[in-house]
Amino acid sequence: MTASLEPVVKPALDAAPGAGLTPRTALTAVLLAILALLPLYAGLTGDPFALTLFTRVIILALGAVSLNLIMGYGGMVSFGHAAYLGIGGYAVGILAKEGIGSGFAQWPAAIAASALYALVVGALSLRTRGVYFIMITLAFAQMIYYVAIGLERYGGDDGLTIYRRSQFGGLIDLNNKTLFYYLCFALLLASIYLVSRIVNSRFGLVVRGARSNERRMRAIGFPTFRYKLVCFVIAGALCGLAGALLANHTNFISPALMHWTRSGDLIVMVVLGGLGTPFGPLIGAVAFLLLQEGLSRLTEYPDLILGPVLLLVAIYVHGGIEGLLDGRRRG
Amino acid sequence: MCTAASKACSTAAAVARPLLQIERLTKRFGGVVPTDAVSFGIAADEFHAIIGPNGAGKTTLISLLSGEITPQGGTIWFDGSNITSLPVHRRSRLGIARSFQITSLFRDFTALDNVALAVQAHRGHSFRFWRDARSEHELRQPALATLARVGLAERAGMRVDKLSHGEYRQLEIAMALASAPRLLLLDEPMAGLGPEESAAMVQMLRKLKGTVTILLIEHDMQAVFALADRVTVLVYGRIIASGDPAAIRQDAAVRQAYLGES
Repeated sequence: MTASLEPVVKPALDAAPGAGLTPRTALTAVLLAILALLPLYAGLTGDPFALTLFTRVIILALGAVSLNLIMGYGGMVSFGHAAYLGIGGYAVGILAKEGIGSGFAQWPAAIAASALYALVVGALSLRTRGVYFIMITLAFAQMIYYVAIGLERYGGDDGLTIYRRSQFGGLIDLNNKTLFYYLCFALLLASIYLVSRIVNSRFGLVVRGARSNERRMRAIGFPTFRYKLVCFVIAGALCGLAGALLANHTNFISPALMHWTRSGDLIVMVVLGGLGTPFGPLIGAVAFLLLQEGLSRLTEYPDLILGPVLLLVAIYVHGGIEGLLDGRRRG
Repeated sequence: MCTAASKACSTAAAVARPLLQIERLTKRFGGVVPTDAVSFGIAADEFHAIIGPNGAGKTTLISLLSGEITPQGGTIWFDGSNITSLPVHRRSRLGIARSFQITSLFRDFTALDNVALAVQAHRGHSFRFWRDARSEHELRQPALATLARVGLAERAGMRVDKLSHGEYRQLEIAMALASAPRLLLLDEPMAGLGPEESAAMVQMLRKLKGTVTILLIEHDMQAVFALADRVTVLVYGRIIASGDPAAIRQDAAVRQAYLGES
């Protein structure tokens, strides 16, 4: 019996979304090629600004990849994701100030601190849903924001300059802008790959199932809470890494790293690029940050144009705010 | 000594040791009492139906048994152990599966994905992060067999939101069956089906009968009387009659309850 059913399974397995050369995959390929060749362009034109801008784009894209894991696939709309950028950044900055310059200490500390924060916030917030979940994650992020302002020793409101980037012995010199760019790019690609593995694994299907229909997930025997919590922690750790990169990129940390508007920016990037798609966060980050950069050159009030544009995308591309909260119904 | 697991024993000794036994189960929502000190037992492999007019508390009873809501009083025994305070997923692990009256599926997955997820729930923990779950034969093969059992094999690769209403209902049953449950709670599987689809559903349930213990809630009286070994009648949260289908048909109280309804 099973042998005769085999042809039926095959198409079911092959019918993975996004197969074949769609405009979307073409766009992704072109974008990746541009990003891979960007340092070459910067070297030829002698324009360091492009490299600086795109290093930032890539680091924030990593943050968006992390947010997409919980929001796009898990339906957990965290409005406090910038807190991890801050925690990761402060882990690097604080250790640097205290004389621990090794990246082998700083980066794991950034990741571990973010994971721990995610564990606490997740444990307290994941039993709620919808607007309540959004408000709790926001509240925790605001709390961390004010804690950072209170850290007098580390610059308080004014922030803290990092005089030496993370040291990796002779392995890699982060002061080399091109090398640092490629390191960030490699970490971004690795995390996109990691997320795409996770979301198609047993674990990932449980998290996606819980977004789609949590009641049914429990009825068929899944204790959904613990899976969502682990997912939340993985995302937090990933975004903590982005924070460590950001601190190295700017040589500076301040509470502004985790201002709530930055959490909003990350959400916009994910929604703009397409919720629950592997490369969506990257596309969204590039589109959002370049649009912001371009508009701020044209006008003094870039948000006046950016706002309506994002509103239209949110309404017409992904089923609007409701689709964002409930998981996409209309696909 | 009889054990509920032994089929011969349970039929011989009737409800000597039932698979499911509830005692004085009570649930109140404010002034409404959808489950009012309800007691009954279901023997292993029995096909037990619960009927009653709208608002009788049938779905509440299923939710109490599956663990989605907790009672204010009473006890639920499953295979000799007290499960009254176990959470939903633990009861599912013990072998209690339910279908939903309002179709409750993962709409952006295929039919096969849906059932495979139900299989996965009973194959150890799911903290496996790397391997593509859709390529695991250990999950896909039993899922496909379950789809075939409800007559949906040829729809395996289709996204759920492309299926017909009748197919939703079949998939609902497949989801519940996928975990190889010992007790199947079916909440109006015929709801919204046309006459032909209903007949097909009755056919399917008849095939299941005897292979798994079934508690069926249904409005379709013909289906109930055709399938059930025993019927319990629930009105306003209380049992007014219980017995084999022939006895229930003759029962005066039942007739009155249904005449009052229409």
